[in-house]
Amino acid sequence: MPAGLLPYSYLGVLLFILLTTLPLELYLGVRVWRRPVRLALTVGPVAAVFVLWDLYAISNEHWFFDPEQTTGTLLGGVLPIEELLFFVVVPVAAVMTLEAVRVVRWTWPVGDGIPTGPDAARDKGGGGTS
Amino acid sequence: MTYTQLAVLGVAVVVVLDLAVLRVGLLRRRVFWTAYAIVVFFQLLTNGYLTGRRIVTYNPDTALTNGEVVLLGDWRILYAPVEDLLFGFAMVVLAMDLWVLWARRGVDREPYADGPWVRRRDARLARSARP
Repeated sequence: MPAGLLPYSYLGVLLFILLTTLPLELYLGVRVWRRPVRLALTVGPVAAVFVLWDLYAISNEHWFFDPEQTTGTLLGGVLPIEELLFFVVVPVAAVMTLEAVRVVRWTWPVGDGIPTGPDAARDKGGGGTS
Repeated sequence: MTYTQLAVLGVAVVVVLDLAVLRVGLLRRRVFWTAYAIVVFFQLLTNGYLTGRRIVTYNPDTALTNGEVVLLGDWRILYAPVEDLLFGFAMVVLAMDLWVLWARRGVDREPYADGPWVRRRDARLARSARP
């Protein structure tokens, strides 16, 4: 990797996750990004819990981040901004994966009663079946 | 608490949440385990990069590993400590559970999944349904 990009090594991993999940939105049409309230209410608590875990782990020296391979932006002077973004990007990717499996395997129940099969009501006349 | 203890606790908490508290029950569903298998594959890839390149390093005093960054063995899988798998599992279960829970409560149930793949599937199913 070019030396100039070294501080963005960790951010690069997050970008990789975003890019690899993008086809789930564009091709499979999971529409996770288009349900923003539900997504925020999902990611918010997850990020909060895992930031707390991270802060505990950092202060008790469970793990360390390489200053040369991170941007050096530390939230509150301790938490690399990459970590916060990780706790946003990964839950989104997880939810998108769940929705992707349900799109492809539409007969498998998820437990929320949302129809995903061919008889699912399409909103506002988009690409109906019958 | 050590990382090992916290990781085991994290898994225990989300299992209880899923089955008994939130009662989402994703852990009993095929859709979850299929999705998790995909997620864990990518976790091993990305986490292997983060730990293999020493972007993140771990304190051997608080994890099972003795500290040497090896591909496999010494409680590491693709460079990453096994505790990371438990950490990731806890995060993934919590995220998916909340996502399903909010839908049950009526939050942002729509728009339903719809895209090129779905439309092609529906067209194919409609054709095969015709006499």
